[in-house]
Amino acid sequence: MKTKLAILTLIGVTGIVFAAPQTFDFKDPKGINNAGFKLDAPLEAINGNASGVSGTVTFDPENPGTTRGKIIVATGSLMLPNPMQKQHMLSDKWLNAAKFPEITFESKEFKNVKTTGDTTMADVTGTFMLKGVSKELTVPVKLTYMKDKLSQRVPNQKGDLLVVRASFTIKRGDFNINPGQFEDKVSDTIEITLSIAGASPN
Amino acid sequence: MVGSIVFWAAAGANRGWTKTHIPIKTVDAVTGLEGIQWQAEFVPGVDFLGATLLGAGVLAGIALFVPRKSKQPKMETK
Repeated sequence: MKTKLAILTLIGVTGIVFAAPQTFDFKDPKGINNAGFKLDAPLEAINGNASGVSGTVTFDPENPGTTRGKIIVATGSLMLPNPMQKQHMLSDKWLNAAKFPEITFESKEFKNVKTTGDTTMADVTGTFMLKGVSKELTVPVKLTYMKDKLSQRVPNQKGDLLVVRASFTIKRGDFNINPGQFEDKVSDTIEITLSIAGASPN
Repeated sequence: MVGSIVFWAAAGANRGWTKTHIPIKTVDAVTGLEGIQWQAEFVPGVDFLGATLLGAGVLAGIALFVPRKSKQPKMETK
């Protein structure tokens, strides 16, 4: 009896110590995942969002600091309320969506990791690529691990959810998007807000 | 001219550009994430107002130079 108990305890401890990181897929069947963007120029404010979010993140609930992943936003999914503005934004004069169909962020390192319960706050350093130009950025993120919650979101599918929230700013001039031009109408500073959830089916 | 001002004002007096879609916020009950669904809706902006006022002004200008047809019957001369 004692031997069996010892074996079970050993298996349990081994399972905790060697718990494999989980891979979360951020292609959202509910279409909630989105990246918002805001440009507040003296003459004009532009607010839009992108719904074409995909990518994967590898997350270990026991060790959130080892989280790695890549989030992709389809450039063509960027949306604005005004059709002419949207057409201009996606044209070769601005984002050139035909030539650069993806905007990506790939994480390299997690710093200042603070975990409370299922929530982890961290500063993520990674490579942000826009219009073919890559820059290293450090972005504050909030990760919320939701164990066994996938079935509540996607019926008949068991698994876990990982919610990622991040807000950061970039300069369009840094990414060769008409640097130094039209700044009275199209702000150089772009505020980006990421609100996404990934699924890891069992 | 008055009609376009009334239409623009009634549609919310949007001082930005004309919109053909408006964002509708939705909240995911499980994750608490806020998503955006775009709903097709025409909201006239200052560009719409300007274009209609300009159009009305041009028509009014043209009307000044077009000779009016006399409504009085012509007098027959013998």
